[in-house]
Amino acid sequence: MTYVRPNFRHPELPVNALGYTRKNYEGALSTLCAGCGHDSISAAIVQACFEMSIEPHNVAKLSGIGCSSKTPTYFLGNSHGFNSVHGRMPSVATGANLANRDMIYVGVSGDGDSASIGMGQFTHAVRRNLNMMYVVENNGCYGLTKGQDSATADRGSTSKKGEPNPFEPIDLVSVALQLGATFVARSFSGDREQLVPLIKAAISHRGFAFIDVISPCVTFNNNPGSTKGYAYVRDHLAATGTVDYVPFKQEITTSYDPGQSKEVSLHDGSVVHLHKADPHLDLASRRSALRLIKDYKAKDQILTGLLFMDEDSQDLHDIVGTCKTPLRSLTETELCPGQNVLDKLNDSLR
Amino acid sequence: MKKIKAVNDFVIKFANVNGTGSASANNMFAKSLFRMGLPVSPKNIFPSNIQGLPTWYEVRVSEKGYLGRRGGIDMMVCVNPQSMAKDINEVEPGGYFLYDSSKPLDLRLMRNDIHFIGIPLKDICQREYKDPRQQQLFRNVIYVGALAALLDIEFQVLADLVADQFRGKEKLITPNVHALELGFHYAREHFTCPLGIRVERRDAVGDQILLDGNTAAALGAIYGGATVAAWYPITPSTSVVDAYEKYCKRLRIDPGSGHKNYAIVQAEDELAAIGMVIGAAWNGARSFTATSGPGISLMSEFLGLAYFAEIPTVLIDVQRAGPSTGMPTRTQQSDILACAHASHGDTKHVLLFPATPKECFDMTAEAFDLAEVLQTPVIMLTDLDLGMNDNMSEPLRWDDKRHYRRGKVLTEEQLESMSERFGRYLDVDGDGIPYRTYPGTHATKGSFFTRGTSRDEYAVYTEDSEAYERNMQRLLLKWETAKQEVPAPELIEAGQSSRVGVIHFGTSRDATLEAIDMLADEGVAVDSLRIRAFPFSQVVDAFIDSHDIVFVVEQNRDGQLRSLIVNECEIDPKRLLPILHYGGMPVTARFIREKIAAVVKGDNVTPLHKKTGSKETNR
Repeated sequence: MTYVRPNFRHPELPVNALGYTRKNYEGALSTLCAGCGHDSISAAIVQACFEMSIEPHNVAKLSGIGCSSKTPTYFLGNSHGFNSVHGRMPSVATGANLANRDMIYVGVSGDGDSASIGMGQFTHAVRRNLNMMYVVENNGCYGLTKGQDSATADRGSTSKKGEPNPFEPIDLVSVALQLGATFVARSFSGDREQLVPLIKAAISHRGFAFIDVISPCVTFNNNPGSTKGYAYVRDHLAATGTVDYVPFKQEITTSYDPGQSKEVSLHDGSVVHLHKADPHLDLASRRSALRLIKDYKAKDQILTGLLFMDEDSQDLHDIVGTCKTPLRSLTETELCPGQNVLDKLNDSLR
Repeated sequence: MKKIKAVNDFVIKFANVNGTGSASANNMFAKSLFRMGLPVSPKNIFPSNIQGLPTWYEVRVSEKGYLGRRGGIDMMVCVNPQSMAKDINEVEPGGYFLYDSSKPLDLRLMRNDIHFIGIPLKDICQREYKDPRQQQLFRNVIYVGALAALLDIEFQVLADLVADQFRGKEKLITPNVHALELGFHYAREHFTCPLGIRVERRDAVGDQILLDGNTAAALGAIYGGATVAAWYPITPSTSVVDAYEKYCKRLRIDPGSGHKNYAIVQAEDELAAIGMVIGAAWNGARSFTATSGPGISLMSEFLGLAYFAEIPTVLIDVQRAGPSTGMPTRTQQSDILACAHASHGDTKHVLLFPATPKECFDMTAEAFDLAEVLQTPVIMLTDLDLGMNDNMSEPLRWDDKRHYRRGKVLTEEQLESMSERFGRYLDVDGDGIPYRTYPGTHATKGSFFTRGTSRDEYAVYTEDSEAYERNMQRLLLKWETAKQEVPAPELIEAGQSSRVGVIHFGTSRDATLEAIDMLADEGVAVDSLRIRAFPFSQVVDAFIDSHDIVFVVEQNRDGQLRSLIVNECEIDPKRLLPILHYGGMPVTARFIREKIAAVVKGDNVTPLHKKTGSKETNR
């Protein structure tokens, strides 16, 4: 945790297309433990939004309760944030999104928040293909209540003070795939090169974009017996490939051999390049992703990277057919049918 | 044998089997009397079941316009052998019992103090119709036709109703009218018509309408500008959102694009429903949910967040009998305390208590203004009786000049012109209500963090005791402001000096006012005050102050409104006498009259006397 952050920034900091510097994308000082993986994720979100030239105030950042859910305070200081109740961020995000479809919705949750108390809401946000980026900062433990195992803790994994966890973990990536999530990825907080392009692609995706980020808890779950600590994850990482995010209008110059790379278009015209390390991955097949996750797990490896994406995804607004104008911007004229209609109605009730 | 004789003043009850299509026939009966200018009050008494169990429909006809339950049955129409023994016993001496005489009546059930009218409904149907479903459906229409003869209902009124009901499905009109005629002629040929009870055309309805409270509330949400509805199905509130959707499909579709300017989400549970409502309201849309008691329990955590984080939230609670699953299809007014203080910590919510469909409409529309002006949850508490039954009501009215009151929301221009720092929870105007901004309003100004944890005036997280206390005090100040905003109580004075007062709310109104009339006939003058909202206005204190005896009528076991009055107005509990009715059926005038009379007469209180001492007169 850094108590003091100087206000000084280099006068010639690079600016993005909006003329903003990275500083415009920062938030308050983090109060998480020094070295917390969550802070790296916040930094990756800052970098992605800066590079994408997103208007910070056009982003709504929402979370539940827990260490992870504190993090929206630490990025995008000019965005409205909502720290809701434990595990119930997806419903608040759904309502917010219904009210104004034009904003970007960033949900940050934790493994306790999403895999236990909020499992129901998580699954239903997936089902509805809510247009949002949903990041789970997954450390396999409850930090704010001092280190209890969470539902994503691997069987046999031990936290700092704990016995080996006797229960099977819930793998949120597999759950999301099975429920029909239209964008599914996994990453590691310590791998910014992989995480930043994934965040960019997730933000550009229309529909529910899920990223499970393994994010070690340095205080309670970074010990030798833990399978979510820095050392273990670094030693057991495997990647689907290298992901490049290419914004719309930027010329695509690189090219890879067929079979070794995959291009996926996002609805706004930008493109994701996947330079495959594993030729067995078919980005358009849930089954392929689920099988690979299992295969790697059997080899004691954690498969990261973009795992699945549906290019033709339709979000909740598309599905239910709401108007293009944000609902919150409609006025009396459009909403209130007036006394004439009531007169007819009254007549029909006599 | 005694014969009940009454014109335009009786209670008739139908005993049917759930799921046999009796509802529309019974409804047609009630509506025919309404169209003859007679006030009617129909009530469905149905089981928590889809098919097969006994279900009843009770209609009170009252030329004087009494719409509450009276108690007692003058005529029973029994088409359900399963409940026959019970049904026969309910009939008042001298009353009438119409039954299907296709099978002979069990002699053990006979009573010699009521009049039996046997009509072979099943036999007639089997003779006339081949299709089994038709045999079942038309049986109900036939007894309505018979009642037309027995009670002197104008046949043309029924024929017109059939024509209205089947507009667009014209080929159904003739067989239905035929079925009415079958019953009508059978009754004419076999019985002396009309009976002792009968109807005569009057003009006692005026321009009133027959409508259920849930539909009225749904229309209120449409007129009030709600664009997001999130809900989870639960009896007896389900028809609120069903009706909202039905009318949105007619009134809220963009004719050009076919797009909807509304969104309805059937959530995975009540927790998600209220979360969506809160999220939408936070982002500037008017949103609401409808639920019942068990839903309130689940929504409580989020309601606390909405109270503390000050997010406009509109909730319609159609109460049923609790606790727990209670009696899902029976009525009560027992969510008062659960709603007033929903959530942990020091929490108070604005409550609205409508008594008629017109008020359901008005108060729902008003709830959106109140919620946004006060930046807090507003819960409208109706109940099954009002929500699911057709109730006579003033027609619905909307002032086309009316504008929505969106409360204190800063625009981009206002933020731009501000030189000082925006403070989300600053009490700028001294009324306890701060200013808010919608997400995305301004590039650099006006953003803030919404949270359920304590924060300072600038929405910055803090655990500082003083900041916390300042915030909690401001919320109390806002509560005081709310008293000026919510609907005022309705005072009805006895017309002469009275020491006795009755406080009531919601659907207890009709029975209470009728009971007061009964007491007036006995020489006991009673004033009444109908509470229409929480927080209570000063009028409540003044009313209690100016009466020696004050009754509080409510449909729950524990006197929840009374507790709230005692608590909020700091009234000596001994000053408020509870009248509690909680069996799940709507309270009757007879019940209230008896309770008041027992005390007033038993205490030998002569209400018209002046009291000695400091309080010479009451008013």
